[in-house]
Amino acid sequence: MKKRVTNDKEAVKSQELSGMKRRDFFKLLGGGIFIFFQPWDPSELFDFQTQQRRSLPTEFNAFLQITEDGMVNCYTGKIEMGQGAITSLAQIMADEIEVPFERVKMVMGDTDLCPWDGGTSGSNTIRTFSPRMRVAAAEAKTVLMQLGSEYLHVPVSELEVRDGIISDIRNGKNKITYGELAKGKRIEKHLDGKPELKDYTKFKYVGKPYLHQDAQLKVTGEAKYAADVQLPGLLHARILRPPSHGAKLLTCDVSEAEKIKGIQVVRDGDLIAILSDDRDKADEAITKVKAVYSFDEIKVDDKSIFERILKAESTTNIVSSNGDIETGRKISDTLTESEFHNSYVAHAPMEPHAATAMIEGDKINVWASTQAPYRVQETIARELNVPLETVRIRTPFVGGGFGGKSPHAQAVEAVKLAKITGKPVVVAWTRQEEFFYDTFRPAAVVKITSGMDKSGRITLWDFNTFYAGARGSETIYDVSNARTTNYGGGPVHPFGTGAWRAPGNNTNTFARESQINIMASKAGIDPLDFRLKNLKDDKMIAVLKAAADKFGYTPAKNPSGRGYGVACGTDVGTWVAHIAEVKVDKNTGHVQVVCVACAQDMGLCINPQGTTIQMEGCITMGIGYALTEEIQFQGGDIKNHSFDTYEIPRFSWVPKIDTVIMERKDQAPHGGGEPAIICLGAVIANAVFDATGARLYQLPMTPGRILAAIKKS
Amino acid sequence: MEETIRFELNGKKAEMILDPNLTLLWVLRNKFGLTGTKYGCGMGFCGACTVLIEQESVRSCMLRVSDAANKKIFTIEGLARNGNLHPVQKAFIEHDALQCGYCTPGMIMNAVGLLLKNPEPSQQDIIKDMENNLCRCGAHIRIIQAIQAAAKEMKGGKQS
Repeated sequence: MKKRVTNDKEAVKSQELSGMKRRDFFKLLGGGIFIFFQPWDPSELFDFQTQQRRSLPTEFNAFLQITEDGMVNCYTGKIEMGQGAITSLAQIMADEIEVPFERVKMVMGDTDLCPWDGGTSGSNTIRTFSPRMRVAAAEAKTVLMQLGSEYLHVPVSELEVRDGIISDIRNGKNKITYGELAKGKRIEKHLDGKPELKDYTKFKYVGKPYLHQDAQLKVTGEAKYAADVQLPGLLHARILRPPSHGAKLLTCDVSEAEKIKGIQVVRDGDLIAILSDDRDKADEAITKVKAVYSFDEIKVDDKSIFERILKAESTTNIVSSNGDIETGRKISDTLTESEFHNSYVAHAPMEPHAATAMIEGDKINVWASTQAPYRVQETIARELNVPLETVRIRTPFVGGGFGGKSPHAQAVEAVKLAKITGKPVVVAWTRQEEFFYDTFRPAAVVKITSGMDKSGRITLWDFNTFYAGARGSETIYDVSNARTTNYGGGPVHPFGTGAWRAPGNNTNTFARESQINIMASKAGIDPLDFRLKNLKDDKMIAVLKAAADKFGYTPAKNPSGRGYGVACGTDVGTWVAHIAEVKVDKNTGHVQVVCVACAQDMGLCINPQGTTIQMEGCITMGIGYALTEEIQFQGGDIKNHSFDTYEIPRFSWVPKIDTVIMERKDQAPHGGGEPAIICLGAVIANAVFDATGARLYQLPMTPGRILAAIKKS
Repeated sequence: MEETIRFELNGKKAEMILDPNLTLLWVLRNKFGLTGTKYGCGMGFCGACTVLIEQESVRSCMLRVSDAANKKIFTIEGLARNGNLHPVQKAFIEHDALQCGYCTPGMIMNAVGLLLKNPEPSQQDIIKDMENNLCRCGAHIRIIQAIQAAAKEMKGGKQS
């Protein structure tokens, strides 16, 4: 990028930007018009500050740049991992600042260039970040109009702007482009006003379907991921791993490994690594390292984990409560008590964790496969005891995250090895390492006691969720006596667990929506009708009806033999309802999901195309945790090493998928990457019940569990 | 140990002195800089490393480089001709048949391999042939549609 001399008189006093010296910052970015804005509420920052004990940029820490060739560069700490933010954010920006869509460039996840960000998770890109970016874009437009007004000698009120060209309403020839206004300048504006936002009826790009803007790069192989960075002298590292979590290294003999030519052995405390120009040689040599471990055996496996969860000393947190549980019990004519289990589930992104590190003088450069570049920066600075600004994280395309790429041990490993060897190092985990170090969706238990009266009105709802997390645990039904309790906090897991696409909500929705169908069946009422009877939430009613319409649903008492399932829920401000049809082979226990209809109310939908794809992705991924995905383990020993024993959805599993996005252009946008996955456990379990009369209380619903349930029914 | 290995790589002659036991995947990525071919599992279970050898789709993580000696290899980088994308690549873009994109090169190479041996595959043929290429984002439906569209486009043998 070309450097430009500053001629701006409005430049404010020097300040630090993203932990980087202002001078260096502009050196990297060149000239143009810079619009700074604050994308976070101080209250949101507080959590991060306490957690990470870092001081954050206090004022304006996000910005747009209008370059002299008329491009709008939007710098954001968010990253692109397939969820499509690179496209939807650009749509919002183009609309509000009034430039053609193609003129917006998203620069993402580079800690030297982009504003601090807590990470790409929780569907926050659109629902939290984008509204503020939109305000900034609107205000940037105001600034540009003022500059245009000065240049054209026409009052702002007599100007119009279209496609980045400001013109005199009365004399169209009197005009100037954004790029021309930016030429030869470095203007900085710090925004804190409340500009008028474009009316939704005037959106040109928002709400229109756009294809993935990164597709060209991805179909040609040009898209770079963290392990694709080519650096002279790059060493490929393999690291000695313990056979199980909790194992401690006692002795280690690398003499056999050292006999292999062209490798380097590094030992730094417990970090033992083999490095080579050739990945193959590192792969071979690491198998020759003889290591002896002591085992602190944790006596738990994938079967006994549920008992361990229920017996653990947990903290208890009442998530919500209304009415009185005892009263609810008394007035109920029928009580239903159920216990639901779900196993540990892996993220299993197609790209395992990877990082490439290169140290030049004091500067630590890292290319990381991560959802949270700033957290990677903080961890590395802390581990190496160096100032934050000496660490630069770049986030190339991320090959799938789903919550699993917020943890970032691989980046620390790469930096340590680069420092020790003095050469650039890539650490690209094997599939087995990916399974071993994954922070699984936690195994969890949900216990529900619910009651209803003779008419099928729910009169009691006592929902207790153990170790799933509270998200999605509150009842969506209109119940006068309801309580939701969240148990957690005890050291129950023998390995890492963490956020997995819609954390907690998959487990809680599976339990709640299964229970609802059990009650509907007891009441002899069609499960959709039963829901409509017990709901007051208009949005939930609307998505249920929309999904039913799309599916062509007709009511029937379950089990009807048709194999239809219904489920609904909310996640990250979005309402979803699913109706599915399954076929169950009663001899083998195999379930084929035939079709799924899903309706979603997410408020304003920025990119219907991207949203549809996210919904399809959620439904497809959800079939995996519903039917097959389950980590097998004994103590800290993870038995699943690859896709042979850990089965994720394949082409032949995928149903016909019909999606409906509710028209809500006048409302705020909410999450789109997670909600449509939450119902898959329940909608399939309910469909299996409808097909067979067998009720499944555990995810995944493997053929063995289905056969056992059929036998019991 | 090392020997000269020759092959045709993306339509051009290539040769290199190297250990014949090296894995084709790592040779392509690290010696030739063709990083479009991805490591996904290293055991042939996922298909992210799929390339074409003599017009057949193969898992490059399961092959020694010497197994590819004197053969014609195509990677994702070699599919476009004179700046024009291959019909399968175009169809993947038009059908939005990808999300994170990591499995995409392997998917496309496997699909090209399928269309070379079966230019008019039925939906069932496509599912069967693509079954062992894994995608975690859930782009499957669109990938099937893209392959069907590419098959139609390629009929008449304009490009292979």
